[in-house]
Amino acid sequence: MGVMKRVSMLFRAKANKALDRMEDPRETLDYSYQTQLELLQKVRRGVADVATSRKRVELQINQLQLSSDKLDRQARDALAVGREDLARDALTRKAGVQSQMSDLNTQYTALQGEEEKLTGASQRLQAKVDAFRTKKETIKATYTAAEAQTRINEAFTGISEEMGDVGLAIQRAEDKTEQMKARAGAIDELMASGALDDMVGGPRDDIQAELDRMGAGHDVDAELARMKGELGQGGAPRQIEGTANGTDAAAAGAASAASDGQTAQAMPPVQSADQPQAGDGT
Amino acid sequence: MIVRILGEGQLHVDDSASHELNELDAKLEAAVERNDESGFKPALDELLARVRAIGRPAEPGALEPSELILPGQDATMADVRKLLAGDGVIPG
Repeated sequence: MGVMKRVSMLFRAKANKALDRMEDPRETLDYSYQTQLELLQKVRRGVADVATSRKRVELQINQLQLSSDKLDRQARDALAVGREDLARDALTRKAGVQSQMSDLNTQYTALQGEEEKLTGASQRLQAKVDAFRTKKETIKATYTAAEAQTRINEAFTGISEEMGDVGLAIQRAEDKTEQMKARAGAIDELMASGALDDMVGGPRDDIQAELDRMGAGHDVDAELARMKGELGQGGAPRQIEGTANGTDAAAAGAASAASDGQTAQAMPPVQSADQPQAGDGT
Repeated sequence: MIVRILGEGQLHVDDSASHELNELDAKLEAAVERNDESGFKPALDELLARVRAIGRPAEPGALEPSELILPGQDATMADVRKLLAGDGVIPG
């Protein structure tokens, strides 16, 4: 006997077992209908769960895309200032991010497929549940318990088969969303640890820190040159030190201003307390 | 007769196709019995493609049980084995 026949017999055996337990089929019909409604609820929740998982993956893909773009920019910036080592570092990380992205894209497509399947399953089950309700009311109104037994057999077996099918689909979707949740959680952790470098401008971004430092170095050099020009080469070492510190403090203030306006407001008094001599000198 | 593809729904298939479908099904069954993973997928694909080609979708509200039930498109050999092992796999 082939696979197709064996599977159909297994589904049927399951339904027959339930039918055999019925004492008054007319009462059991209501119970069965209740079970059908519960399954319908379950499959709808399943659709919502898969959709939530899919959206989470979509969000992660977008975040990874931002990281990838940023690493690409950093590699260019690093090359522009002649730091091939930094550029290589950035591109290596970008490759890692892209491999995660392609993985997530595959998962995304799989989840989309599950979502469609479950939506279809939900619609098919709905149609059968509606048909069953009509049939059950007719049978309850028209037949005695003994007659109802034979009348309901086919309809019961038919809907039981649909319920088995939908149940399998829900199980599979649940397995997939569980796997996805675990993966998504792992990626969130990677991102939080900075290993995937999603913290745009964040404190753990050492490539950006290095680039900023070099940029700041350029600014300090330029300002030094300008001041030397103004003072006719007469810059005292103490003043230069003070200026450099001031620049660092200002940069730190600007960085924290992005996340916390109050810290930035607290900065100026500290600066002015540090610089009365510089003020006197000017 | 009515044929169900798991995850897709029921189709009406002319009884005259029985012989042809049984032959395709025998190939699938043989692959499962030989534990032949490389033969399994093509056999399942062929069977499903044939049923879809000759079948007409059944009324969504039809309450008739299916004569034959096929594993879904993405079923693995392990899935089919579990299904055939019977008890406990079919929910509801």
